[in-house]
Amino acid sequence: MSGTKHISRRDFMKVTTGAIGGIITAAVGVPVIGYLIDPALKAGGKEAWIAVGKLENIPVGTPTPFSFTRTQVNGWERTGTSYGGFVIRKSADPTDIVILSSRCTHLSCSINWKEDAQKFICPCHDANFSKDGKVLDGPPPRPLDQYKEFKVDADGNLLIFLKEG
Amino acid sequence: MWQKIYQWLDERLGMGEMYSNLLDRPEPTGNWWNTLGSASLFLFILQGATGIFLTVYYTPSPDHAYDSIQYIMNGVAFGWLVRGIHHWGATLMVLVVFIHMLRVFVTASYKYPRELTWLIGVGLLVLTLGMGFTGYLLPWNQKAYWATTVATQIAGTVPWLGDFILKVLRGGPDLSALTLQRFFAAHIWILPAALVALIGVHLYLIIKHGESHFPVQED
Repeated sequence: MSGTKHISRRDFMKVTTGAIGGIITAAVGVPVIGYLIDPALKAGGKEAWIAVGKLENIPVGTPTPFSFTRTQVNGWERTGTSYGGFVIRKSADPTDIVILSSRCTHLSCSINWKEDAQKFICPCHDANFSKDGKVLDGPPPRPLDQYKEFKVDADGNLLIFLKEG
Repeated sequence: MWQKIYQWLDERLGMGEMYSNLLDRPEPTGNWWNTLGSASLFLFILQGATGIFLTVYYTPSPDHAYDSIQYIMNGVAFGWLVRGIHHWGATLMVLVVFIHMLRVFVTASYKYPRELTWLIGVGLLVLTLGMGFTGYLLPWNQKAYWATTVATQIAGTVPWLGDFILKVLRGGPDLSALTLQRFFAAHIWILPAALVALIGVHLYLIIKHGESHFPVQED
């Protein structure tokens, strides 16, 4: 046996036991990581066009509220998520529209339109937004979010593009 | 570098000493039948690990138990594998524990001074069967529901105390949400805690007494 590496029976058993143990651990451990992080890897962000009302019924100049609910399946349960916002037609032109989300950019409370004050007010921390969504007063870090993509279909319905997640 | 870290740890933990006492202890002539206890321990750890991971998605409520398992099987990456290992591992564990008991009986390894090891082993066998019994209900499908109905009914035939035992097992006179919840609690907390404690004593006794020789002709 000179010149060849000699492995004792004891060392062979140690190495073999370690190797088999390692393989078993990896065979269970690697899939388990996938199993645990799976919900984070699921492709979210469903997209849809949502009708918010007939354009002819929305007055020019006054913010008009709209709301809708989307249902999502989370594992074994369905969860409804409510969305709301305001359509502001600046003129009779069907492309001259601002569509704001009613979710305050501070801590996600729902804002309300105050006709007499001509501004949006958040009930939670008295945030004030102008008619086009700019921050006038209060803690919000940025203007109200806008649904920038919208269209009017052949029947005169105003649709907004929603991307979830 | 690693040598230094190892030495630092070894000086404080005594790992080398532990290794020689726990794993490098003298054994009678090697025999594959002597590995069944270790195999049972391995299966217990495997069941524990896969069971913990199953609770990440499983819900023990009649409304969602079945759906949550459908989700594990079809919705989660490798959910089928984790549940599959837990499902087949359970059957295998009962089998291996039982053969382990037969081996100890046939080789008369239960004799002095190892009677207590045997008695605790009986407890471990009963607890393992209890794990199988409580785990069987958790999928909350037809088979699980009726198997538990029948088995708790059998427990109810005990003279005098039967009705009381049945109500304790079911958490009331009928199989209900309470049954599922208490079987779940027994399956993931009560029985595993008892198993871990008894396994600890069982292993301590094995290390204390060493393993028995197989009997020879003169015995």
